[in-house]
Amino acid sequence: MASARLAPHASALTASGTRFLPFRALVSGPLREHPGHALLALAAIALGVALGVAVHLINSSALNEFNLAAHHLAGEADLVVRGPRAGFDETLYPRIARLPQVEAANPAVELEVPILGKEGTLRIIGFDPLRTAQVQPSLLPERTAEVAELFAADSILLSPSAARWLGLDMGAALRMMVGTGVVEVKVVGMLPEGGYRQRVGVMDIATAQWRLGRLGKLSRIDLRLKPGVVVTAFQRELQNELPPGVYVATPETDAERGASLSRAYRLNLDMLALIALFTGAFLVFSSQMLALMRRRAQFALLRALGVTRRSLANWLLAEAAVVGAIGAILGLALGYAVARFAIANFGTDLGAGYFRGIVPGIHVDPVALIAYFALGVLFAVLGAAAPALEAARRAPAKALHAGDEEEGLRGVRTTWPGIASCAIGALLAFAPAVDGLPVAAYCAIALILSGVILLLPQFVSGVLKRVSAPRSVPAALALAQLQATPRQIAVSAAAIVASFSLMVAMLIMVHSFRSSLETWLEHMLPADLYLRALRGGETGFLTPEEQNRLQSTPGVERIEFLRSQNLLLASDRPPVVLLAGPADSAAMLLAIGPTVIPRAGEPPAVWVSEVAADLYGWRTGQRVQLPIGASSREYTVAGIWRDYVRQSGAIAIDRQLYVNLTGDALANDAAIWIAPGAALPDVERALRERLGNAQGIEIASTREVRANSLALFDRTFAVTYALEIAAVLIGLFGISVSFGAQALARRREFGMLRHIGMSRRGIGAMLGWEGAIVSIFGAAVGLALGWITGLILIHVVNRQSFHWSMDLHVPWLPLAALAAVLAAASIVTAVWSGRAAMSDDVIRAVREDW
Amino acid sequence: MAGLAATPCVFSQVTLDQSRRTSHAGAVTPFAPVVPGYTMRFPHDEGSHPEFRLEWWYVTGWLAGAGGAAIGFQITFFRARPARRTANPSTFAPHHMLIAHAAIADPARGRLQRDQRAARAAFELAGAAQGRTEVWIDDWSFRQQGERYVATVAARSFRLDLVLTSTQPPMLQGAAGLSRKGPRPESASYYYSIPHLDASGTLTRNGSTETVGGVAWLDHEWSSSYMDERAVGWDWIGINLDDGGALMAFRMRDPTGRSFWAGGAYRSAAGSVQVFAPDAVRFTPLRHWRSSRTGANYPVSWRVSAGGREIDIEPLFDDQENDTRATTGAVYWEGAVRALRAGASVGRGYLELTGYWRRLQL
Repeated sequence: MASARLAPHASALTASGTRFLPFRALVSGPLREHPGHALLALAAIALGVALGVAVHLINSSALNEFNLAAHHLAGEADLVVRGPRAGFDETLYPRIARLPQVEAANPAVELEVPILGKEGTLRIIGFDPLRTAQVQPSLLPERTAEVAELFAADSILLSPSAARWLGLDMGAALRMMVGTGVVEVKVVGMLPEGGYRQRVGVMDIATAQWRLGRLGKLSRIDLRLKPGVVVTAFQRELQNELPPGVYVATPETDAERGASLSRAYRLNLDMLALIALFTGAFLVFSSQMLALMRRRAQFALLRALGVTRRSLANWLLAEAAVVGAIGAILGLALGYAVARFAIANFGTDLGAGYFRGIVPGIHVDPVALIAYFALGVLFAVLGAAAPALEAARRAPAKALHAGDEEEGLRGVRTTWPGIASCAIGALLAFAPAVDGLPVAAYCAIALILSGVILLLPQFVSGVLKRVSAPRSVPAALALAQLQATPRQIAVSAAAIVASFSLMVAMLIMVHSFRSSLETWLEHMLPADLYLRALRGGETGFLTPEEQNRLQSTPGVERIEFLRSQNLLLASDRPPVVLLAGPADSAAMLLAIGPTVIPRAGEPPAVWVSEVAADLYGWRTGQRVQLPIGASSREYTVAGIWRDYVRQSGAIAIDRQLYVNLTGDALANDAAIWIAPGAALPDVERALRERLGNAQGIEIASTREVRANSLALFDRTFAVTYALEIAAVLIGLFGISVSFGAQALARRREFGMLRHIGMSRRGIGAMLGWEGAIVSIFGAAVGLALGWITGLILIHVVNRQSFHWSMDLHVPWLPLAALAAVLAAASIVTAVWSGRAAMSDDVIRAVREDW
Repeated sequence: MAGLAATPCVFSQVTLDQSRRTSHAGAVTPFAPVVPGYTMRFPHDEGSHPEFRLEWWYVTGWLAGAGGAAIGFQITFFRARPARRTANPSTFAPHHMLIAHAAIADPARGRLQRDQRAARAAFELAGAAQGRTEVWIDDWSFRQQGERYVATVAARSFRLDLVLTSTQPPMLQGAAGLSRKGPRPESASYYYSIPHLDASGTLTRNGSTETVGGVAWLDHEWSSSYMDERAVGWDWIGINLDDGGALMAFRMRDPTGRSFWAGGAYRSAAGSVQVFAPDAVRFTPLRHWRSSRTGANYPVSWRVSAGGREIDIEPLFDDQENDTRATTGAVYWEGAVRALRAGASVGRGYLELTGYWRRLQL
């Protein structure tokens, strides 16, 4: 058959020399012969690149918008002074404004405000337009008249995107939620379209302070310095003058503080996408390996016809590069489309809530796209490199012989690199985070994955050697075939191992997380009802008088109020949440590790979340300095508790102590235990009536809170599920490609088997067995590898990225089901590809072996 | 009179708009009216009158450095109060707004060097004191120290530090300080001037400081209802005559460009005062200059006859247009001028031309 095919090529050799021949023989010929095979390799690369590009585009678009927004709001300011959510005393403003180095100072109140009848919040900035004109003129509308309008009581200017979101026009009333009620302001104009891309409303600072309940407080002061003032030196000087918990930073640091919250999240998504691309490369490797193997007789002939070793290798690599390039281009397009779709439908944070209020536009960074293109080509070439070099090196006379495929693979020495890779990976898994990111852990995962795949041939032959021949002829034949070609089996299994292990790891991680979250929710929600002043935003509160009314509601046995504020503990870190709750809050928190109760005379107790403990290096029993209230003082870390909600850390404190320190007697939430015999709906109704059926009040049963939290969790992990599905698809591609290629390569063998009396059915059964054995290998190794990867994800990656611990929960049943599906799919693909191969004429197939 | 030109439109707009609006909380501010029979007291009336809606301190004059070349200067502080009183207890509540304009008119440059500031009166960062002249926005200030005033302006393109010493008593304008601006009696202001202030100090430009000295004119005026509804703008002069006399004259223009009201006064070096009736003042334009920036056509040269005296007004140079859209939304012409009689210089002062760009919105 090969001779028949090569005949026209031989004449081409005389017609146009050696340059044209390899092209026809190596590229156009095989492509025409097996377009499906090329398509699958193409698809593998395209899918990997698409996934990477989509995740990257979504992330960078989010970050870009976030930075643009932060940058625009900081404007031309040289420095930004910022305090916690509760703000800082406004008298700091004239003190700073009078400093001789300060050219102009722009004070501002900045809050996320819930809007009546709207999901989500509107960021409202209250500044002094006259000072803004000095510090950040670009924040102001171009028309002086609109600025003037701001001075009228209860006026607001909206950014165009905010106006669209709210469906409000000039002159309309905007209903903001403050406390538990509604405050109405009038939309007097629009902010410039170009500047404000995010959803934002601008008010005069006096109106904002009054209407948003922030009298006497400021959130930030933007500074412009006199020419010649050294920013860094002045920044240090000013920091010493600031009250505790108030920090001065450059606008860049200020913006990074916001972005840093999502940094680990973004890196983890990028890594998952890269792992998918990596899996794609294994697929290319296994398909190329087998495809080149199948064509080695052709190569041998070409070599015999005078094509040099080097030009043969070059041609094969070029072929892989072409496939990679086409796949990568398709991947770029597909990735862009997916990113667009995802951003339009789920927002740039894909529902994770990191970039609220940011209006996404897709941000395309050409350098990154080129990098992903290059990565796609590189993986395709790398996947083809080893087989291509081997094929070129092989002596033509030997390669022309049938059954040489396994010989070709024998040259690939994998044992020692495999062991080394696994060992280094295992060591890296214990390495600390790099700059707060789990870089080493990801390297560990990649190395262990590569190592295990390199060790697969040894493992496969070692295991198969010990298996005795079964009674059934097809099964015995299958086993014999696999025993004789352990390296080819390893190649087929590699794609399965890579994709299945990723899938298993993710399943274990997500399942562990979800189970831990459920336990945690159980612990954190001991009461029967939860009442909240406003969902989301920063303006909800219950006044002491409202708290008293709730307290005396019939049917309420016990009620505990919670105040939620935050603290700034460093200029470059996002604020830590401060929770002021019941004195016995320790019992309600899910403590991990030991607890200490400070004795009389010792600093009072605070309970810090795991995240806060990790970020700030706190241990139980340690004394820490915290800026709660007007002055900073020492506290004792009484214990560390697990917290899955507040990603920048949380500190819990006795509310009575908090009120004494700050004078802030407001509350955000209430946990309510109902009296025995009282009915939940009745108590809920009574509570609402007590607050005059205020619109901002939200009451939920413990069950609802739990269900909502889990639903939010599932939404956040929607991306992870999407990546898993991609992994499954790549894995199944891998199986079908390798089986297809193998079956085609073994047409001679099938012909021979038919010749000696084996039925088509028998061959089908044999192939089924082979598929089953290969997929059992793949699944078993994948399961083990996935379990290890899952452990790294749970205990290293998650811990280093998000600083929260979780208990290992292995979802055995779903994993078993998944393994079964994988095995079934392998068997079906194996049999199906065998049928295609067997359709050939038996005699012709045998004759091929000269 | 000078100064109305730049009456803070920031507030006037709010006022206009709010009068149409009923949804917003806050009672109408009970502004004090300008009524006959008020006796001005000094230095008390040199301070701020917060019960009135608008107030300004306006210093203009001629300076010369060691080289002897003359330049003009203008330093103005406005205080304005919104028409609606707010119940907002915030310290930032805009109860009063301060605006300042400053300009140097140097013929060598051919146009004004100018800057402006605006701030709400809060945290003592900007304010206007009562009982004496003390008005400031950040590091711009105009303060009374006994018989002297100290003016400090740190503009972007120059810095001016002046000490202004009184050589003559205040000159009460109109009827004992009540200056009518139109036929309706409520359209009026309390208004006094201090001419022939002796000015000395330093002017810093491009990093070099020079000692300057000259003669200046202070206007202080406060009112709650200033412009007649017919008024589009006005023309005003304040001249320190070389013989020690002082001449102030103004006219209000209607949409057709004709005068519908005028006024002014002459005080001789000896101190005798002649107040002009509306029909005793006549402004006749002699020459126009058109601004290429705004297209406004300003009559920069005049023949002014007031109470039988006739003088010609010639600008130090033509382009003394002042663009204050950033703080007040107005563009006007405010420039150093010479007073000539029969071609010979008899005095120096300032000319103000408003409402030529657009109708002045108060």
